[in-house]
Amino acid sequence: MFEYPEDLRYLDSHEYVRLEGEIATIGITAFAVDQLGDIVFLELPELGDSLSKGDSFGTIESVKAVEDLKSPMTGIVIERNDVLIDSPEQIADDPYGQGWLLKLRVSDPGEIDDELTAQEYSEQVEGT
Amino acid sequence: MGVELKAKFTSFGGWEMPVQYGGISHEHEAVRTASGMFDISHMGKFTLQGENLIDQLQRLVPSDLNRLQPRQAQYTVLLNPQAGIIDDIIIYYQGINASGTQKVLIIVNAATTEKDKAWLWQNLDSQQVEFQDISRDKVLIAVQGPKATSHLQAFVTEDLTQIKSFGHLETTLFGQPAFLARTGYTGEDGFEVLVDESAGIELWQSLARAGVIPCGLGARDTLRLEAAMALYGQDIDETTTPWEAGLGWLVHLDSKDDFIGREILTQQKINGVKRRLVGLRMQGRNIARHGYPVLSSDEVVGIVTSGTLSPTLGYPLALAYVPTQLATINQNLAVEIRGKVYPAVVVKRPFYRSKNRF
Repeated sequence: MFEYPEDLRYLDSHEYVRLEGEIATIGITAFAVDQLGDIVFLELPELGDSLSKGDSFGTIESVKAVEDLKSPMTGIVIERNDVLIDSPEQIADDPYGQGWLLKLRVSDPGEIDDELTAQEYSEQVEGT
Repeated sequence: MGVELKAKFTSFGGWEMPVQYGGISHEHEAVRTASGMFDISHMGKFTLQGENLIDQLQRLVPSDLNRLQPRQAQYTVLLNPQAGIIDDIIIYYQGINASGTQKVLIIVNAATTEKDKAWLWQNLDSQQVEFQDISRDKVLIAVQGPKATSHLQAFVTEDLTQIKSFGHLETTLFGQPAFLARTGYTGEDGFEVLVDESAGIELWQSLARAGVIPCGLGARDTLRLEAAMALYGQDIDETTTPWEAGLGWLVHLDSKDDFIGREILTQQKINGVKRRLVGLRMQGRNIARHGYPVLSSDEVVGIVTSGTLSPTLGYPLALAYVPTQLATINQNLAVEIRGKVYPAVVVKRPFYRSKNRF
């Protein structure tokens, strides 16, 4: 029922990653946006922070829920979507586009193969 | 993110409860600016009758029930002997019938219904008081917001604008007996309606067609928190007393005889209390939530009991217990959130006061 673009890979904890060369763009899925409801707070790491695959890289909060964000890959934070720190509700408008959270320069592009394909993720969350 | 994202329905004391219908912020705004409705049928509902019923209830609450006229109501608390709060309740006094029998309706919290029932059984004279638990027999719908009264007016003949805050009446709704009270848990004007299930469904559907927004437990929580109304089990419980919880306005020591908890409340009035529930405004965007530590000069001094981003005000606010000497307006404090410390300041309660209340 939600869109899961084929060119992305997914975590079962509802983050996505788009890998272009050694740059990974990370965000949360349309399913996560729907489940969370109104997003009211976002916390992201600093530029230059290094993250390992599986690390918590921040927090997202809706009115009722507090959730950790998990990094799908290992790398250095080279960009973050600061607009969303002040207006986290905008994530919901375009989670795969303007609503991206973080860009990493990854140390091992091969890590992406561990993550779920769009079809695998879709099957997990929607059972279809 | 954790795998356990919140479902939109939640199970609450055996009832399936909607957390949200169309988004918490949307529902919240509807109640502040127009009207919303809540299915709160899960709440406990007792009817009591007896010749000296008010006298008997006087022993169980710190509020002076002799001030109540028929068709008035009192928000109050049941206290244990340590003056800890067993529950917060509303007592609706329905008056005396021709044979001298006094009648009240009591609405209590859902999770405490059985505990309250046992406490009332234990402390009321069963020879003289007839007690009925109608929790499962009736539905309860709260219609709240500046336009709530005019929406509800379409379905009853009595002039609802004549009912004062905490006033109530018995009337007919879709051909069935109904109880309407000008009370609520949102900080806005509105009514709570107690009816049989079929009339309740008809009312809900009719109000929805008229544009009243269905609201879930999520918006109910953000609305009550902006109005700084306590949530039982979170802001108040059996270890907190009315003085500590900012409910001193319910305690009428001067005009009442003995009641359970009086001795401790009298002592606390003379000696003061060690902690108080205060309103906090966070200075940044970080949201303080239930259970987070409150700090002063790098030391943990208290605990957050409720917290959220205020949809109306646009900044995070919280209720927290702090030492009495720090419980003053403009006191600078801090809240620890996920290992980091963020500034907060003590502010007046309620955080939000409706301009539409009469």
